[in-house]
Amino acid sequence: MQKPRFKWHILVFLAPAVLVYTAIMIFPLFNTLRLALFSEVDQVRVFVGLENFRTLFGDPNWSEQFWNALGNNFWFFFIHMLVQNPIGIALAAILSHPRLRYAALYRSAIFVPTILSFVIIGFAWKLILSPIWGIAPDMLKAIGLKSLYAPWLGKEEYALTTLALISVWQFVGIPLMLIYAALLSIPEEVLEAGEVDGITGAAAFWKIKLPLILPSIGIISILTFVGNFNAFDLIYAAQGALAGPDFSTDILGTFMYRTFFGFQLQLGDPHMGSAIATAMFGIILIGVCIYLFGIQTRLRRYQF
Amino acid sequence: MNKARRNPLNSALAHVVLITYTVIALFPVFVILINSFKTRKAIFREPLALPDAESFSMIGYQTVMKQGDFFLYFQNSMIVTVASLFFVLVFGAMAAFALSEYRFKGNTLMGLYLALGIMIPIRIGTVAILELMVSTGLVNTLWALILVYTAQGLPLAVFILSEFMRQVSDDLKNAGRIDGLSEYTILFRLVLPLVRPSMATVAVFNMIPIWNDLWFPLILAPAEETKTLTLGSQVFIGQFVTDWNAVLSALSMAILPVMILYVIFSRQLIRGITSGAVK
Repeated sequence: MQKPRFKWHILVFLAPAVLVYTAIMIFPLFNTLRLALFSEVDQVRVFVGLENFRTLFGDPNWSEQFWNALGNNFWFFFIHMLVQNPIGIALAAILSHPRLRYAALYRSAIFVPTILSFVIIGFAWKLILSPIWGIAPDMLKAIGLKSLYAPWLGKEEYALTTLALISVWQFVGIPLMLIYAALLSIPEEVLEAGEVDGITGAAAFWKIKLPLILPSIGIISILTFVGNFNAFDLIYAAQGALAGPDFSTDILGTFMYRTFFGFQLQLGDPHMGSAIATAMFGIILIGVCIYLFGIQTRLRRYQF
Repeated sequence: MNKARRNPLNSALAHVVLITYTVIALFPVFVILINSFKTRKAIFREPLALPDAESFSMIGYQTVMKQGDFFLYFQNSMIVTVASLFFVLVFGAMAAFALSEYRFKGNTLMGLYLALGIMIPIRIGTVAILELMVSTGLVNTLWALILVYTAQGLPLAVFILSEFMRQVSDDLKNAGRIDGLSEYTILFRLVLPLVRPSMATVAVFNMIPIWNDLWFPLILAPAEETKTLTLGSQVFIGQFVTDWNAVLSALSMAILPVMILYVIFSRQLIRGITSGAVK
């Protein structure tokens, strides 16, 4: 009997993807985790063990910035979960109504902000909210709420929430689309069976549709989590690398960028940058694990 | 259908809510676009008015054309996006075919390995990516960006494409084998044309984040000749903060290409998302 030939084509098919992915993604990821254990002394890279993490969490200068960024990041995520996802679900529920006219038009229009870059979004809102241009104060004046206006992006107590809401405005399209898809996949018979039992309108949404789309809500939650803890562009475009005013909008992404790339007078430190990246990696990993093992396995999936 | 599900009042209410949100979604874009065609005075006096004969001005666009090299930035963005998409699709399809078609040792493990990157953002490894690019001399070249975006796009591409390739009929492929076609011909001539819709979905999913990315251009290719449109407009606007005409025009010019792409591909994009491809 002939020995089975080695299947070269499998190797040829896999090689390019695996090589690029390993070299540019996996290897640098682990190399970053490794670099977090080194430091530079007299222009030579030396192994320092967990020293960088001791600095990050122990040195008051560093730890204060780190906890500030982490706290801000959680607030950023919290606003998204509280505002973006409910609005997305509500709009999707309205859009998925079977006889709604112009549904495709609304869908495309509401998705527009999602395709624009952070640079455009950041500057556009900065101009609109700016006290110099006066669009926001004038519009509030028109509805008699002028007294509510404040230069939101310039005030420490409002800036982060304002940016989070801008980001919500931009990304509402994502939960909208995913939930919309999930709602459309619910078979008509299930809803009709509910109607026979007298469940219609809002009750049908809460009692039949919502339980059925829970897995999709799980997916948008984890997507929001990973996206938020890796965010950078919007804050950088609107407030710069210093995440002003007075670091009140600093999140982990901007903190890592400043640390590893340097800004103004501070020199870049790739090793401390790696330590922060490692912390971010840990946080994202914990979030993904909570989702995969704690939430996803408990959600009941229905097969139609 | 019973009465409760086609109540005219409900339907009117639905339109009110949707129109309100549509206005909120489009308002900032609208304000930027109309003001980019106005004189400086008109921008401040009546920001919400449409440009008319008196207030019409192209001065902002003239400044942008003179000061910023937007055609070069646009060209760089195009090259990076098209090349990355090409590699994501070709390499992704090849790997997806290998994983979905053949049984070999380590198949499941390889699939899991490639799927890791779906959840873990590539940005975490930036420090080491920069070091790698510096040591290979690729820093400040478009290749650095193309490689990074290819690696970033591959995991999801392999995942989505292999799902779809499993649905291609075995009979067809076996018929090709009996006719003496090589495995390569079977993939590129038989299977790829059949999964074209899913290829388009993968392309559209990857296109927008690549085109809009600020992080990697800022870190890997900030040189003047390799700036992408996103980074170029960011730097330009940063320098011209006080020149409102120029800033508004630069923003409009950055909006334009994305909007054109969106109008062309929006059906594909929305179908892709709603077909449950990101489950």
